[in-house]
Amino acid sequence: MRPAEAVAAPGLRLEVDRLAFEGRTLVEDLTLEVPGGRTTCLLGPSGVGKSSLLRLLAGLLPGARRSAADGLPLDGRIAWMAQADLLLPWLTVEENLLLGFRLRGAPRPVLAERRERARHLLARVGLGEAARALPHTLSGGMRQRAALARTLVEDRPIVLMDEPFSALDAITRHRLQDEAAQLLAGRTVLLVTHGPLEALRLGHELRVMSGQPARLGPPLRPPGTPPRTADPALLALEARLLEELAGAPSAPLEEAA
Amino acid sequence: MRLDRLRPLVVAASLLLLWQAVCWATAAPPFILPDPLRVAATLWARLDLILAHAATTALEILLGLALGSVLGAAAALLLAASARAKAWLMPVLVASQALPVFALAPLLVLWLGYGLPSKVAMAVLIIFFPVAAAFHDGLRRTPPGWLELAQVMDARPWARLWRLRVPAALPALASGLRVAAAVAPIGAVVGEWVGSSAGLGYLMLHANARMQTDLLFAALLVLCLMALLLWHLVDRLLRRAVFWPSETLHPG
Repeated sequence: MRPAEAVAAPGLRLEVDRLAFEGRTLVEDLTLEVPGGRTTCLLGPSGVGKSSLLRLLAGLLPGARRSAADGLPLDGRIAWMAQADLLLPWLTVEENLLLGFRLRGAPRPVLAERRERARHLLARVGLGEAARALPHTLSGGMRQRAALARTLVEDRPIVLMDEPFSALDAITRHRLQDEAAQLLAGRTVLLVTHGPLEALRLGHELRVMSGQPARLGPPLRPPGTPPRTADPALLALEARLLEELAGAPSAPLEEAA
Repeated sequence: MRLDRLRPLVVAASLLLLWQAVCWATAAPPFILPDPLRVAATLWARLDLILAHAATTALEILLGLALGSVLGAAAALLLAASARAKAWLMPVLVASQALPVFALAPLLVLWLGYGLPSKVAMAVLIIFFPVAAAFHDGLRRTPPGWLELAQVMDARPWARLWRLRVPAALPALASGLRVAAAVAPIGAVVGEWVGSSAGLGYLMLHANARMQTDLLFAALLVLCLMALLLWHLVDRLLRRAVFWPSETLHPG
């Protein structure tokens, strides 16, 4: 296992000119800065364009300039976890975890070392027994955990995640949020979520996206370091965040933070 | 469960009864329509002859199926791997399908002779297109999410084709191969009809010319059984090879 500090995780900058979907302008003249080595959570209503921002950063959509703070190209430094698990049905869970290394034509020693890591990560997300199972024999939650492990085994300094815990039951979600926070420490993480509490537990910084074309709210930095425990102060913050997301008038959140 | 297994037998028995009923009702002479018992007796009496010809036809079918499938799959791969190859070959492929393959049969016999090669060529021509079209379709329809994942993973083009697009297209290839297995006997028999000195098609034509309708029916029966057997064999192999459920082919 590589210590998190050794991973050079640069900050990111995304400048979107215009992004349209089925004739609607989702995003126009928007700039997103993601601080390096920290977790940023992106909140907002469905269809506001959160996933699209993630895809723009991953280089999957045209129409934006993306750059790293260290000035180096982004290729080969990003791991992306989509909303769908995208597990290949003909590969076992373990082989699915190694897909990236297979696709890059990694040499044997690297594969063997990564296989060890894959098994370790599967155990961490509670899928140790399912390493040899085929994806279609797993539940939706288990498949999502396998996708999470596949994203982590890539071991990349920048991690983009689209609702990574949405298919999990409340208890598993809580546990995996803690695991993920540990495993992602020191990396530049942008996490899209619908859950204010999830964002408050995991994010060094929270950004709320709303409107059409969408605007980004100012960064919200809750006190303490993630993973935060859900104490009354955090829950009170969650309530206010929910109000804001629901469009109700409330005091600016920076004051609360 | 039990009923499922018995069903083909029930269907076969009903068809035989219907056949017999038509024979009784029309009182047709045996050289027009022989009854099932007469055909069974002929089948038994001339089994050696029929099986010898069946072996020839079976060889033609299997060779044609193997060759046609390999060539069809290879063509689909070539089209998927290279945009330039696709631009040049696609119109040729489509135009080739406008030619009625049956019209080519006499030419094939003229060029390749009365023996095995012209029948195999005929079967290959019939099999090639369904296999190539189905596989190519599958290769074009890789779920976009998988391709995006491969892109973020910096997949090499060759690995993306081989480890992602080809396996994802295997269910489609399998349906192409099932069609191929079903039409392969047609190719071989048409080839035999046009010109040959062996095979079930030849035997049927020969028997027909001599009013040996019972022999024709017996040969036809064996041909049917061979075609069914082939289809089931191919289907079983394909089920084993494509073991994942195809609903997961199109996630999200």
